[in-house]
Amino acid sequence: MKSFTYEKVNSAEAAASAAASNSNAKFIAGGTNLLDLMKLEIETPSHLIDVNGLGFDKIEPAPDGGLRIGALVRNTTLAADARIRRDYGLLSRALLAGASGQLRNKATTAGNLLQRTRCPYFYDTNQPCNKRSPGSGCAAIGGVTRQHAVIGASDACIATHPSDMAIAMRALDATVQTVRPDGSTRDIPIADLHRLPGDTPHIETTLTSGELITSVTLPKPVGGTHIYRKVRDRASYAFALVSVGAIVQRDGTGRVAVGGVAHKPWRVEAAEAEMPRGAKAVAARLLEGARPTKENAFKLSLVERTLGAVLTEAKG
Amino acid sequence: MKFDTPATTNPIDQLKVIGHATSRIDGPLKTTGRATYAYEWHDRATNPAYGYIVGSAIAKGRIASMDLSRAKAAPGVIAIVTSENAGKLGKGNYNTAKLLGGPEIDHYHQAVAVVVAETFEQARSAAQLVKVDYTATKGSFDLWAGRDGAAKPPGRGDNQPDTTVGDFSGAFASAPVQLDATYTTPDQAHAMMEPHASMAAWEGDKLTLWTSNQMIAWTTGDVAKTLGLPKENVRLISPFIGGGFGGKLFLRADAVLAALGARAANRPVKVAMQRPLMFNNTTHRPATIQRIRIGANRDGKITAIGHESWSGNLPEGRPETAVNQTRLLYAGENRMTAMRLAMLDLPEGNAMRAPGEAPGMMALEIAMDEMAERLGIDPVEFRARNDTQVDPEHPNRPFSQRQLVECMRIGAERFGWSKRHAEPGKQRDGRWLVGMGVAAAFRNNLLMKSGARVRLDGQGRVTVETDMTDIGTGSYTIIAQTAAEMMGVPLEKVVVRLGDSSFPVSAGSGGQFGANNSTSGVYAACVKLREAVAQKLGFNSADAAFVDGQVSSGNRSAPLGQAASDGELTAEDSIEYGDLAKTHQQSTFGAHFVELGVDVATAEIRIRRMLAVCAAGRILNPKTARSQVIGAMTMGVGAALMEELAVDKRSGFFVNHDLAGYEVPVHADIPHQDTIFLDETDPMSSPMKAKGIAELGICGVAAALANAIYNATGIRVRDYPITLDKLLDHMPDA
Ligand SMILES: Cc1cc2nc3c(=O)[nH]c(=O)nc-3n(C[C@H](O)[C@H](O)[C@H](O)COP(=O)(O)OP(=O)(O)OC[C@H]3O[C@@H](n4cnc5c(N)ncnc54)[C@H](O)[C@@H]3O)c2cc1C
Ligand code: SF4
Repeated sequence: MKSFTYEKVNSAEAAASAAASNSNAKFIAGGTNLLDLMKLEIETPSHLIDVNGLGFDKIEPAPDGGLRIGALVRNTTLAADARIRRDYGLLSRALLAGASGQLRNKATTAGNLLQRTRCPYFYDTNQPCNKRSPGSGCAAIGGVTRQHAVIGASDACIATHPSDMAIAMRALDATVQTVRPDGSTRDIPIADLHRLPGDTPHIETTLTSGELITSVTLPKPVGGTHIYRKVRDRASYAFALVSVGAIVQRDGTGRVAVGGVAHKPWRVEAAEAEMPRGAKAVAARLLEGARPTKENAFKLSLVERTLGAVLTEAKG
Repeated sequence: MKFDTPATTNPIDQLKVIGHATSRIDGPLKTTGRATYAYEWHDRATNPAYGYIVGSAIAKGRIASMDLSRAKAAPGVIAIVTSENAGKLGKGNYNTAKLLGGPEIDHYHQAVAVVVAETFEQARSAAQLVKVDYTATKGSFDLWAGRDGAAKPPGRGDNQPDTTVGDFSGAFASAPVQLDATYTTPDQAHAMMEPHASMAAWEGDKLTLWTSNQMIAWTTGDVAKTLGLPKENVRLISPFIGGGFGGKLFLRADAVLAALGARAANRPVKVAMQRPLMFNNTTHRPATIQRIRIGANRDGKITAIGHESWSGNLPEGRPETAVNQTRLLYAGENRMTAMRLAMLDLPEGNAMRAPGEAPGMMALEIAMDEMAERLGIDPVEFRARNDTQVDPEHPNRPFSQRQLVECMRIGAERFGWSKRHAEPGKQRDGRWLVGMGVAAAFRNNLLMKSGARVRLDGQGRVTVETDMTDIGTGSYTIIAQTAAEMMGVPLEKVVVRLGDSSFPVSAGSGGQFGANNSTSGVYAACVKLREAVAQKLGFNSADAAFVDGQVSSGNRSAPLGQAASDGELTAEDSIEYGDLAKTHQQSTFGAHFVELGVDVATAEIRIRRMLAVCAAGRILNPKTARSQVIGAMTMGVGAALMEELAVDKRSGFFVNHDLAGYEVPVHADIPHQDTIFLDETDPMSSPMKAKGIAELGICGVAAALANAIYNATGIRVRDYPITLDKLLDHMPDA
């Protein structure tokens, strides 16, 4: 870990402007991802801006009938919230499928969205990695890739985004509220937050330098049956090989987002039109153009089969 | 004490303390955080400096140059030790590759430097500034590629690379029912909770190492050899160990680097190996390729059994002896085994819980299941039909005790084996395909010399001192039980001190030999102490009874403590063994039963219940024994379903080198476990009549799971771990 300076801020604007005055600063929320990465010098901020005291820890009704979730709401609190459990069961279930009780007590809504990949080569600073050190190459390609992306990847990077919560947020069409160093605010649809790796896998989101997430807003409830199915080798405390988050309506229509397959939560709205025709049709459209490796090609049929099980379960 | 005739009745047979389910006497220290693990001797060194290890970034080659200037200038840095400035170092007897590498590099993450600083954080930060330029050379990292060129390893004692009995090929070729199948097991990591850790302090040329180590005497010797010190100048202290599983049998880099760091810094230095280095810097269980051929008559009698195994290791490393159990477990007149060793430039392969048998049984017990199916015989019955009460290679050598068939039958009864559908894929429970599997458990019982010292004080308190270790197994407790039984005192009157090289040399903890041998050493010392007490009190030692803190003979009786009223009484002895292990084959036996479900859509495998039935001599403490067996069963589940060090065959290292990437079972994977211990005493093994248990518990578990998966799905996977991707393409439509 490189030594760093630390400050605790008391307003969102102060946080953003502190970040603006130091291009090598980082926000710290629960610290469950950032600190691990700093210990390994995968992240090397020279300054940490602690945003825990900003009061973004409430879940409040949003004007259009949705819910506004403060960026600092802990994963445990969010999963247990009665409104979330009633109207956004998918989100609660996705959260509870992630990490462990201790980690969820610390992890925050914004931190969870911005957690970084679990590619093992990214974690080993002896290895070339375009995401960790741009231009150095990608050690994963041609190496051990069972966990890696099957779609939307590039020749520069085949990493996945590991968040469970983000899959639910994507299916729920959440929007992300931010404030920038100049004080301006904006709404970013969750679909636009995470980027595909392309030639610049180190640029993972569309946030600009010093941009602070203040909340994540869920639109008004859409009803339906909410199912989150996380598939993994061990029964708990493991990242998804593949996960399927679905909202299925009585008439068989609905939404599907998939985790463990891409650099971002994977959702193809056009594929959802196939839902009444069943899992095979949806998966075919959802994974069109997939380029798996030999080691992770199984994810294609795993997505299809898992989705099939989810749709069957939704029928009851 | 020489143990060379079968045990007769002795004070242990009273079973007043021995054989009772006693909670661990060191438990309160651990649950309250007062047990001093290697990194926690805060009162022994008030100003330690901290060392951080730099691991090699390449698997094979040379260090071209090293630039320490930035690291040296970093805040708090006191010293940096590399092979350049460490002075001449020897190599221990028990490690294959050097523990401080350079300029030659033998494997990935081999230590190339330790940075010593005032604080851990400063050492860690400076370590990243050490700049090393390497010249990499081509290495061999692929066992399959190395298989054809694999050489015949040298034999060691009874452990020979090739064994043959009768005419295997002829008998196999003419057998009416045959199996010829190849199985693979991956490299596996011990992944114990506490990493390798040491604190070193020098006083002149005398070194004290507080460390975490299973084998105090081996390691004391190897410290001396590596650092070029007389053995008397090395003191090792290791009373508490946060898990080892064979990973801490030997001297490793943490201890060497702490010692070198402390010498360079001129003050005590602590080194805890950082978790990401644990998987490539230390030892692991090597991967195997195993070919098994079994021929049988239609009545289910095996006529030919052959087992070949290929594993890899660094030059001068040893093979994984995966064929061992096949020489002993089943009858059959024509037999062969063979081991071949490929040179690989991966990290050093070495012992991990039940080396040899653990991976060997993973393969053999699938093969037995496959064979039973071909014969149309129930797998329990098939094993029973091929039971042997004698060493199949030497029919005049009986097993000292062998209750394999009893374990199988009792287990089948208790587990409800008769409810299993013989035809696979036939039992469905909602979204789950449900199956049951069985496997035999087998592990040899090893005899090792073991010593102890016992002291008696005026209050009638007995103190035991031995360099035996407790790696979380319960050694403290069973040793206290032994001394209490022998001296006729309650458990509270016994103090046990372990893991110190100034104590008598014991068997140590490994190879499931710890419990039987170390308690036998304590038994021997107590026999001597009883003689001293009797003599002091004027009793005839042969008929003196030691009961409830009193010594009595005829109608005379005196408090035990009285014997030490004018000064402590001390006795020291060792147990040593005669020929009983030559005249008799000593092994432990068991049966594992598993029921599990396989998700029909995703092929996720989830256990429902497990049972182990063990016959392993006298159970000294059913509670600690059960803990060992359920822990071993859990490790077997890991081996079956998830544990695999993933090899990057281009650059030669284990990629998943942390606990997020190397998965071991969590609670949710283990819903229900039962254990049954058969009533057994083995008079050939020791005066304790006990045998090992802790490794028996892992042997066969993974195969029982594999067989249950087959029973659930009809899919036979011969390559471990059995992950869902190996099933998916063959699963029925959901
Ligand atoms: C052992 C382990 C297992 C795990 N398993 C899972 C799992 O199964 N599924 C899963 O989904 N996750 C898992 N996680 C990841 C976990 O969910 C994340 O670590 C956590 O959600 C991150 O939240 P945090 O608040 O601690 O973020 P931090 O570590 O504090 O921050 C993460 C990143 O977000 C940035 N950031 C934080 N807050 C803001 C803000 N308000 N605005 C802008 N930027 C911000 C930080 O600068 C940093 O770059 C696991 C983690 C661990 C350590
Ligand atoms: S896949 Fe991406 S994160 Fe992994 S090594 Fe390649 S560039 Fe780095």
